[in-house]
Amino acid sequence: MESYVTADGRTIGNTLMDMRNITLRFGGVEAIKQISFDIREGEIRAIIGPNGAGKSSMLNVISGFYNPQEGEVWFKGEKRPPMKPYQVARHGIARTFQNIALFEGMSVLDNVMTGRLRQMNTGILGQAIWVGKAQREEAENREAVEKIIDFLEIQSIRKTPVGRLPYGLKKRVELARALAAEPQLLLLDEPMAGMNVEEKEDMSRYILDVNDEFGTTVALIEHDMGVVMDLSDRVVVMDYGRKIGDGTPDEVRNNQEVIDAYLGVAHD
Amino acid sequence: MMSGAPTGALNSIPDLLARNVAAFGSKTAYREKEFGIWQSWSWAEAADEIESFALGLLALGAKEGDHIAISGRNRPALYWAMISAQMVGCVPVPLYQDAAAEEIAYALEHCGARFVVVGDQEQVDKITDAREGLTTIDHVIYLDGRGLRKYDHTAMSSYADVQAKGLAGGFGQELAARRAVLTYDDTCVMLYTSGTTGRPKGVVLSNRNVIETSKNSAEFDGLRADDEVLAYLPMAWVGDFIFSIGQALWTGFCVNCPESEHTMMTDLREIGPTYYFAPPRVFEGQLTTVMIRMEDAGRFKRWLFDHAMSHARRVGPAILDGKDVSLMDRLRYRLENFLVIGPLKNTLGLSRVRVGYTAGEAIGPEIFDFYRALGINLKQLYGQTEATVFITQQPDGEVRSDTVGVPSPGVELKIAESGEVFYRSPGTFVEYYKNADSTASTKDTEGWVATGDAGFIEEGSGHLRIIDRAKDVAKMADGSLFAPKYVENKLKFYPNILEAVVFGAGRDRCTAFINIDLTAVGNWAERNNIAYSSYQELSQHPKVVEMIKGHVDAVNESVAQDEMLAGCQIHRFLILHKELDADDGEMTRTRKVRRSVVGEKFDDLIAALYDGSATIYTETEVTYEDGRKGKITATLEICDANVFDRKKVAA
Repeated sequence: MESYVTADGRTIGNTLMDMRNITLRFGGVEAIKQISFDIREGEIRAIIGPNGAGKSSMLNVISGFYNPQEGEVWFKGEKRPPMKPYQVARHGIARTFQNIALFEGMSVLDNVMTGRLRQMNTGILGQAIWVGKAQREEAENREAVEKIIDFLEIQSIRKTPVGRLPYGLKKRVELARALAAEPQLLLLDEPMAGMNVEEKEDMSRYILDVNDEFGTTVALIEHDMGVVMDLSDRVVVMDYGRKIGDGTPDEVRNNQEVIDAYLGVAHD
Repeated sequence: MMSGAPTGALNSIPDLLARNVAAFGSKTAYREKEFGIWQSWSWAEAADEIESFALGLLALGAKEGDHIAISGRNRPALYWAMISAQMVGCVPVPLYQDAAAEEIAYALEHCGARFVVVGDQEQVDKITDAREGLTTIDHVIYLDGRGLRKYDHTAMSSYADVQAKGLAGGFGQELAARRAVLTYDDTCVMLYTSGTTGRPKGVVLSNRNVIETSKNSAEFDGLRADDEVLAYLPMAWVGDFIFSIGQALWTGFCVNCPESEHTMMTDLREIGPTYYFAPPRVFEGQLTTVMIRMEDAGRFKRWLFDHAMSHARRVGPAILDGKDVSLMDRLRYRLENFLVIGPLKNTLGLSRVRVGYTAGEAIGPEIFDFYRALGINLKQLYGQTEATVFITQQPDGEVRSDTVGVPSPGVELKIAESGEVFYRSPGTFVEYYKNADSTASTKDTEGWVATGDAGFIEEGSGHLRIIDRAKDVAKMADGSLFAPKYVENKLKFYPNILEAVVFGAGRDRCTAFINIDLTAVGNWAERNNIAYSSYQELSQHPKVVEMIKGHVDAVNESVAQDEMLAGCQIHRFLILHKELDADDGEMTRTRKVRRSVVGEKFDDLIAALYDGSATIYTETEVTYEDGRKGKITATLEICDANVFDRKKVAA
């Protein structure tokens, strides 16, 4: 596949992740039916669809939380065997959650530091004694975390326990933690849900900046159509577990099946 | 070191820099918190940074006399950029970073800036908007490149790139030559006054103005090279220029820049400045926070705090002024200092303050006394951009809340017949840029400058007291004196009242607009189980109206005591449904109310205040931070206040 440069000057590279004929069942319910699509290096890829369309299930397949009954997941040109989420994380995939999953009693700094787990090699004992390598390692990781804190402009809440933060900021902290893992592929599950207009604008800016500055590939699920159409390079549309559209925001917007799924259609 | 600076004469800020490098080269000159750590630069390191940026400006083709605009939050690199500009014979023009794009465009066009040095993408965007109509801007230089990768870089570079270009360019001789010809009367800086009326004016200050003033004021307060300041006030404000550049370079003290505007309080605590300046609203805000937190504290702590503070309020200021205080009181104050006051000062970040100033607005006596009671040497000064800040200031031991002090060293004062205060000093500005008419009407041929404030010199102490803006002082319909500021300040001393605007010139009685303070009133509402969903709703809540009425009544009672101003009692008032805001033009960027704008914008409300109606429906246009406009509607309650009889003067 040829790499190309977008209108705003970003380079979109080869296929990073390829989902081939994925089918996921829970008992008799088919949450995902025979879906194929790919995510390319450097792009912002959105998955949209009405409630219950199977978007979050799809994201959980990508993150390795669910193993599909049928189909293959190809990552960086290799077929990925069924994996545990921590193994997926080691392969450079990080995510945020629809219902924020942070450690409420811990400070923002500590929460973001947990995202560095993959980069720390000293054992429990070494960290407890905290000499030599452990100390050096913590300093290095703290530096990386501070750069992210600076990037997301959350310096003023660095030492604040997460439980005391308003919702919009918690979402930002969760993004910080995901970024701390230095992922190649960042999965965002409804990053703007429950936010006001200003918070949405801020979050959109951060997502674009992450993609631009770090070259991180982003796959996101989002309900806010305005946001999706503005942010994404390509969009997959799901409805009742099927893929009903795939393409640039403009192509998707003009797809009759998509319009029907969103606006409803008379069945006679 | 790249180039030998001229030795001997200290004619300019770059000369002072060279002297500091020679005198204390390895001492810390600048700190900035970044990535959670205080990064520091010695005078020698700062000088290298400044020189390489100056070389970069030469590489970009900066000519002598060019204007270089600077906009962003307080960061060492932006202070350095100003000194670099001076080094190559250019004029630095710091701008308010939160100004709207059109305000910035006006300033850029007026000064014809060829280069603009900014902090980050937000400012680059504003400059880009402004640039469309401007042909003068050659190059934009930014510090933080985040989000700017995709921007067209033909006329834009990063700060580091400009420095690198300068170091590679071989402009060393040119720079030395430019530095050598700087004189005491060359322009040091140009600052735009926020202006409560009309367009901002560019105040030109010479090296003489800045260096003489810095020297005099530093000697007045005994500032030293080991002092520490926190640079957090807008760089475009003359005070910040004098504290963070003038006095810093003169005495060689260290300038600390906070991590972001939101971390200011944490950074203040970490640095513990020894020399501290804050406008009254910052002190008010800190006091409000302390009081709110004390109300939440346990009973024992509250008891301890109340007892310690009531005693400290009595003896603290006296001890600070070196007056006679009994041994018992001194011992008790020591104990209080150990148990309550010391920890409190530490929490506020004011433990080490040796010299503290407040200015810009009147400060409430309660607030002033609170800080003095803590043993913080908080003083008042009176000044303006045209005077390079200092006109009067309070010497140690002569500090009071109702005066602004004695003339600063080298300043002459006179009071005109109209009551307006005039001054003449070494800091008197050169001119308003490209505005000879205004210059002539402000500064006469003998160098006397009209302050625009009415005041008088108190007999005995020789302290200056300011009554109000000279043009705001007017007569009411019955000929009695109308001084709105006097009443407004009394109102604003209540924590629940953020802002007040009093009307009454040419009328038969006074009325007022009031802005509630959301922090204080919000906390009060929470405590009293009053539910509200918006600022607007809270402001019109009957209980809030009742509370504010209590404050207005109390102010009326106190105003009634003043024979001259008893006519200024407020007969009717309303609580505004929105905060007065600089984005809507109702205030200046330094948060002074633009009386005429408010008067015009809310003329329907003023009419209602005088026609006796009980409520008024109104629509108001508001501007959001990104420049978009919206409309809010509200029905406001108008409330009658109790008015008191003039106090009979005993025969």
